[in-house]
Amino acid sequence: MNTNGLDQLYREVILDHHRHPRGRHKLHQVDVEASGLNPSCGDEVTLQLELDGDRIRDVAVDGRGCAVSTASGSILAELIQGLTLDEARRIAELFKKVMHGEDVPDEIDMGDLEALTGVRKFPVRIKCALLPWVTLLNAALDDAGAAREPGGTGGAVGGEAGE
Amino acid sequence: MSVEGKPRRTTGWSGLGDHFPTLGRTINAHRLVYLDTAATAQKPEGVIAAEQEYYRSTNANVHRGIHTLAEEATAAYENCRHRVAGLISAPSAESVVITRNATAAINLVARGLEHTFKAGDEILLTEMEHHANLVPWIMLANRTGIRLRHIPITDEGLLDLDRMTQLLTPRTRLVSLVHVSNVLGTINPVREVAEAAHAAGARILVDAAQSVGHMPVSMEDLGVDMLVFSAHKCYGPMGLGFLAARPEILEEMEPMEGGGEMINEVFLDRATWAEPPLKFEAGTPNVAAAAAFPPALDLLEDLGLDAVRSHERELTDYALDRLGEIDGLVVFGPHDPSLRGGLVAFHDPEVHPHDMATLLDQAGVAVRAGHHCAQPLHRRLGVVATTRASFGVYSTNEDIDALIEAIRFARRYFQS
Ligand SMILES: Cc1ncc(COP(=O)(O)O)c(C=O)c1O
Ligand SMILES: [Zn+2]
Repeated sequence: MNTNGLDQLYREVILDHHRHPRGRHKLHQVDVEASGLNPSCGDEVTLQLELDGDRIRDVAVDGRGCAVSTASGSILAELIQGLTLDEARRIAELFKKVMHGEDVPDEIDMGDLEALTGVRKFPVRIKCALLPWVTLLNAALDDAGAAREPGGTGGAVGGEAGE
Repeated sequence: MSVEGKPRRTTGWSGLGDHFPTLGRTINAHRLVYLDTAATAQKPEGVIAAEQEYYRSTNANVHRGIHTLAEEATAAYENCRHRVAGLISAPSAESVVITRNATAAINLVARGLEHTFKAGDEILLTEMEHHANLVPWIMLANRTGIRLRHIPITDEGLLDLDRMTQLLTPRTRLVSLVHVSNVLGTINPVREVAEAAHAAGARILVDAAQSVGHMPVSMEDLGVDMLVFSAHKCYGPMGLGFLAARPEILEEMEPMEGGGEMINEVFLDRATWAEPPLKFEAGTPNVAAAAAFPPALDLLEDLGLDAVRSHERELTDYALDRLGEIDGLVVFGPHDPSLRGGLVAFHDPEVHPHDMATLLDQAGVAVRAGHHCAQPLHRRLGVVATTRASFGVYSTNEDIDALIEAIRFARRYFQS
């Protein structure tokens, strides 16, 4: 079997995040909690943030999902730790644009997120890659960074298709 | 491995697949192995040709003209209604309402009978319903204050009929259940449920989306008051579905949409309705689809629905055996293939269904991954999503072999 196409989707970095997801721990204190789901395929993710002012001191990610959504959540946990809410939102917005086809600006280092750009060749899987990021944007960082009550749910991505 | 005693012969009708143009496709350098018939069946040449032919030679609006084309279009449209009435042994052609799909048909009933429900009335559903047979009732409950109850399922995926007996009370006005579950494959004992429902004074609707076209289905034999299905799941075109109901129910139902064709007399401030079924068919319908459905029914009649059923049963039997060879794979639904329709959903603890579907697609194998519009059922099964392989008249044992090989490939790929 020719796996070239697949190897673009499941790059080693992604499989590694999938096998050993980061952020699977308990926080001392939960300041923001949000969950999101992909109604069409059944990926679920829950994010928790521990804040120090508007800086993200720690991140926990939990959920049940495919390799792509799990890896994306794991990368999120690594990437946004230590950032301010505003910086995290900017990464999420950039990543959304990139997944919808925009080029990665030269001056920006997206770290392991770069590996997820291979998902663009599999349009039905883009939602999987975006799920943790959209959850972050919807539930935690809108209203100019106003954190919602823990337990609030994030939005759902995409519609429920067909049968 | 352990398939002794089960020769790997090709089941079914040799060469039948050649009559389905899509099945000739190559996907990612592999022969397309289409195992998603439960989502929608592939279309035979005859259906595709008839839809084209309708637009090439007939195209006219129905029930509205007296020119030749209009008469032909009306005849084609009404012929579809007749054929469907015959297919499912409906009380009469007039008791068949043409809709967009099965979902629209259930919504039509929920809206149409709304005025007959009052707060405190109960509708009895099951834990294994498709969202199409859950959400319209939830919406009705939100509007009227009726109460929804659900027949639970056993761990094997069968209806718990003892619980059903307890749940059927004088408050139960309607029982609505799926004939063949689109996830578990379970063939429900509809006749038994219908007798119990009627004994309790309730009506019964059956969602036959996964059974019509896959086995003989008769409203009369099942003893049901209402039945819905979609043409596209039985080899017909998309955009066409049916509600068949006993005449007095159609009389009682209010129309959901107003407009042309559904009226008798219209004044500026009032109107009277046409008789059923036209009362429920406002606006221009999908005549081309109606004209294209009969060739699918011809094919099914030529093969014989009993033979179609045995074919799918044999395939399911073979698929259950072969999936059983894969360590750790969990298959849902009844163990006995005689209790199942032609589909198998499973969960692989090693590969998420979403990844599974992508990996199988690389091998040309088309399956469905997700919750298959049955989230409450998946919650009951304790998984977020499953992978489902489903069969049709064109499916063969080789297709199932390709599935098994692709699952093994998926596992190796994720392990390496
Ligand atoms: C059991 C069942 N009921 C209802 C439906 C809805 O069918 P449709 O989408 O054609 O309305 C489906 C298929 O999607 C189904 O499998
Ligand atoms: Zn996914």
